[in-house]
Amino acid sequence: MNKEARNFVWEGAIPLQIHLHESQVTTVPPPPPALILAPRLGYLPLLASQIKPHFSSTLPPVVDTIWFEYKGLPLKWYIPTGVLFDLLCAEPERPWNLTVHFRGYPGNVLTPCEGEDSIKWSLINSLKEAAYIINGNSKNVMNMSQADQVELWRSVVSGNLEVYARVSSKLKLGIVSDEYTANSNLSSARSGQFVDETDISGQDKAGRVPVRLYVWSVSEDIDDSEDAPPIDTWDKISYINQPVEIQEGKYFTLHDAVKSLLPEYFQGSFLIDEESTRVQGEDEQRDSSEEASSNKIAEDGVEILCEHTKSCQKSDNAEIKLVRIQGALQTPLCHTALKTIKYHVKASKIPKNLGCSGRAKPMTKRL
Amino acid sequence: MDVLSWDGTISSREFRVAVRAFAERWKESNPDFPPWTWVPSAKRHPGLTSNQIDGYLTLERLCLTESTEKDIPFQEDSYEVTQVEKEETASFEEEDPADNATLVERHSFGVHYYDFHLVHSASYRVPVLFFRAYTTDGQPLVLDEIEKDLPASSAEILLESKWTFITQEDHPHLNRPWYKLHPCGTSEWMKLLFQSDTSMANKGVAIELYIVSWLSVVGQVFGLRIPSKLLNYRD
Repeated sequence: MNKEARNFVWEGAIPLQIHLHESQVTTVPPPPPALILAPRLGYLPLLASQIKPHFSSTLPPVVDTIWFEYKGLPLKWYIPTGVLFDLLCAEPERPWNLTVHFRGYPGNVLTPCEGEDSIKWSLINSLKEAAYIINGNSKNVMNMSQADQVELWRSVVSGNLEVYARVSSKLKLGIVSDEYTANSNLSSARSGQFVDETDISGQDKAGRVPVRLYVWSVSEDIDDSEDAPPIDTWDKISYINQPVEIQEGKYFTLHDAVKSLLPEYFQGSFLIDEESTRVQGEDEQRDSSEEASSNKIAEDGVEILCEHTKSCQKSDNAEIKLVRIQGALQTPLCHTALKTIKYHVKASKIPKNLGCSGRAKPMTKRL
Repeated sequence: MDVLSWDGTISSREFRVAVRAFAERWKESNPDFPPWTWVPSAKRHPGLTSNQIDGYLTLERLCLTESTEKDIPFQEDSYEVTQVEKEETASFEEEDPADNATLVERHSFGVHYYDFHLVHSASYRVPVLFFRAYTTDGQPLVLDEIEKDLPASSAEILLESKWTFITQEDHPHLNRPWYKLHPCGTSEWMKLLFQSDTSMANKGVAIELYIVSWLSVVGQVFGLRIPSKLLNYRD
């Protein structure tokens, strides 16, 4: 993944408007909401140090674990903020209105979060898992020095891509590269100061790429994704944590990856029409990064291999249409797997609706 | 498959074959023990039929007590005790208000129920043990309480490595917090385990033995023992 694209991903942020839950308000009038710009790659509880002072005058003397909800759904703290936003906000609202709680942690729904340490270890466990997928063992992560571990974590907290790139390069987590990525990386790798892991393993021709996919299925028949009922339970989200196999010499795209993970939706072929191919303006930086990737493909004269048709005819006659895509499915996986993608699929004959948000594991995402 | 070139992992398809073989063998050998049950999962694309049959193997409401008898349910010579526990489970399920006194008494003995789920990890390509524990009145146990149920050897490991050994994570099929034994070393020791088996050195890797071999190791964390006749399955 080239330096520019990487910067765009790291700089992506979502404006949040955070309201204190009424049960924890002890003053009249209630405090105004806090406005915070949250990094897409960050984790919500890490915002506590900014949020607490804002509500300090009204908070009860004893506060417990911080947690967030959106329209009644407690938010899983280990999912990066950008993924939560793409997954849960059918029609992106800005600022994103969240409710913060400092008491009454819903332990039956959320895994306990003992502060920053829990998030750090969740990230390291994800790193271990991704390392295992890529290298067949987790040794590089397990043997990481204490100093590197601390530095890596600080770089995630502070959003310092330069430090992250330096420390994570020692983990040798370069995912398999296709020729297009290797070619496009030549210039930037030479001039850039970042070590690009895709170059390290650029000679490898087959391998597994870590992917985590969150799928939102809507059973009602709706015309527009903004009509989708809010997600009130995690039971409505399917979580697919499954590596995809990249084959030798094949131009492997995000489309291919999603197709291998969700074959049901791709039994026919697939159309991405003009409108849906248009990258949704989640934020300007991300738009630009998508374009950067697309332009690069054009310059390299790469043929877009994904075949798209008007709709996907499922075997049970459900017709599934893409309503919206965020992220271009024809982008090489090695580029797009590192970003949050999102698309909605609409079914008209059989009421079936699906939204999907995917991401690579944290560390490949930040390569 | 040659055991020397095998890397200790199994695919999800092999996992399904292995857990079915294990569950059937378990039932045949130990009709008095609680059975393992395969639960098909609807987590992939609810409402749509999937070609891929995903799921997990479960053994639920297994009784462990806080006493020294914690390894008894799986000991071969302990049918009697197992029966008693089965009755306890049954009476709990049929509980009525008049039964309160008994329940309180039983609770004072610290009866804990354990649910075990065997899930295949696509990342590590090995089985992963997910579990939860709760009291007779359904209160979930936290890790500190669970540790008291475990044999001393497990408690020591937990102490040394809190984060890599047992972690609390979302159950991949149920989307709720469960405990799990971290699987990152599993393929390594499964490989060693199978290589040390002389019969497999000759005949190749027996996938149908994978689960019973695996459980004979991870079960030790809970003091669970696998009846030895299950391990001699192939002969």
